[in-house]
Amino acid sequence: MSGYMEAQLIILCLSIIYAYGIFLPAASGQLNLGAAGFITLGAYASAWFNASAGAALPMWLSIPIAMIFTGVIAIAISFPILRTRGVYMVLATFAFAEVVSGIVINLEFVGGASGFPVDDHADVTVIVPVTIAVILFSFYFMSTRLGLALRSIHDDESVATLFGVNVRTAKVVAFTVGAMLMSLGGSLYGHHYNYIEAQTFNVLLSIYILLYVLMGGTQTAWGPLIGAAFFAIVPETLREIAESAGLKWLAEGRFILFGVFIVLLMVFRPEGVMTRTLQNRLGGGLFRRKKVLTDDTGGGS
Amino acid sequence: MTDHLLEITGMHKSFGGLKVIDDVSFNVRRSSRTALIGPNGAGKTTIFNLLTGVYPIDAGTVIVGGQDITDVPAQDRVTVGMSRSFQNIRLMPHLSTVENVMLGQHARARNLGSLLFPLGMLPRNDWRTAAEEALERAGVGTYPGEVVANLPYGVQKRIEVVRALVSDPKLLLLDEPAAGLNKTETLELQALLEKVSDQGVTILVVEHDMQFVRDLCDHIVVLNFGRKIFEGTPEEVHQDPAVLEAYLGTDDDSAEEAANAS
Repeated sequence: MSGYMEAQLIILCLSIIYAYGIFLPAASGQLNLGAAGFITLGAYASAWFNASAGAALPMWLSIPIAMIFTGVIAIAISFPILRTRGVYMVLATFAFAEVVSGIVINLEFVGGASGFPVDDHADVTVIVPVTIAVILFSFYFMSTRLGLALRSIHDDESVATLFGVNVRTAKVVAFTVGAMLMSLGGSLYGHHYNYIEAQTFNVLLSIYILLYVLMGGTQTAWGPLIGAAFFAIVPETLREIAESAGLKWLAEGRFILFGVFIVLLMVFRPEGVMTRTLQNRLGGGLFRRKKVLTDDTGGGS
Repeated sequence: MTDHLLEITGMHKSFGGLKVIDDVSFNVRRSSRTALIGPNGAGKTTIFNLLTGVYPIDAGTVIVGGQDITDVPAQDRVTVGMSRSFQNIRLMPHLSTVENVMLGQHARARNLGSLLFPLGMLPRNDWRTAAEEALERAGVGTYPGEVVANLPYGVQKRIEVVRALVSDPKLLLLDEPAAGLNKTETLELQALLEKVSDQGVTILVVEHDMQFVRDLCDHIVVLNFGRKIFEGTPEEVHQDPAVLEAYLGTDDDSAEEAANAS
């Protein structure tokens, strides 16, 4: 694999992990614009636990510890944040990410504004298997009864309550598990590039990740995979095509075309590219034999 | 000491200054089929909402199966053996038929093991099979590969009843289950409810279709403006002056109307 392809693959993998971190809460109707905050927490926590100046633990320990650290913070902030909904939740999570960034920039023991070098290196042989594990985990998670409860909360919270779903707990679990996945993604980012600075994880990143998920669709576990792949691959492919065709203006202005794509998606697929109905229809052709057996529950069977 | 499954005593509820439920008390006998009727706005659905904990009650007690549930939170009430259907369909539009029914099983599957069981990944598991059988018993198909939003109204209405049934309730609260159904569908629903009732489930039903109520129910409670105005058998209800007044107006009114008409 060429260095260029490998770099693209890493970006794709990290995007997919981030996207599932936002998808799990989004499946229950939570709009989380705080991705950058959780990614920052994961990246810095793992880097510090790994650094010789810090806890000097190996990467395979520092990353899970960072996930637990992020999970604890996520539980703590989920109680005030989950009191809000819709656009107010977007604002609350956005504010959280800004607070995290503001704090980290002022923490001298992790380098402050000048960034923080990360010791252990995670190459493609680590990141790809972890990404596959995250995808499998997310499909499993959405196929459980808890996943069913989350999808019910998305549709009708009060009816879910009347059938015995503990809505508050379910939402906290989705929010926290999502935060832990983003923490994992952030840690891997740090360990791959071996250098992190808080400014990299800005609001634009949070917006992109939320877009991956909303464009891909929140109804099935295929959504974030499709959304992240689309966002990671299409702009680069456009650039390559434009360059090989000698269209310099298109190569530089490809994001205009990309923006048009997004608008078209919003017009024609407002519920995301992959909806339940579409999955069922595709399933009829692609997995016809399996369908007869399985009906259609879960994020995808 | 009593064979009452549901005991409502001195129930009060006001929204702002408006008294919607005013000192309502009645009991529902175990294994009975009781109807709760009354003109529009009498407070029938509000009573269902108060029973299931959608709103807290201002005063009074609710006892189900000997257990005082007045202060039990909404999400735990289904575990005392009470579940309901809704007047306007409240199925989860993005879930399939079987998934909607499996949501009804949630009350029986609240331990960690059941919550983390991959229902969707294993094609044959007990929960799914149970849901499919419940649908079959009710004469509803499983409609694989179809979200419920795309199904006909009559089918959705029956899925609601099945979803309420699979939580294994002792007390089934049905809010206008026959509304919008045609004659055949109503008869099918009636047969289903009779079958359920024969298995010992107590039914409390809000319904405007009086034919349906007379055929199904053995006991009737009538509400008007948030007060109970009558309780008795279907035979008696037609002779009760207060009920006739609530539905048809007083003699004075009809005399006036006659005068105006002439």
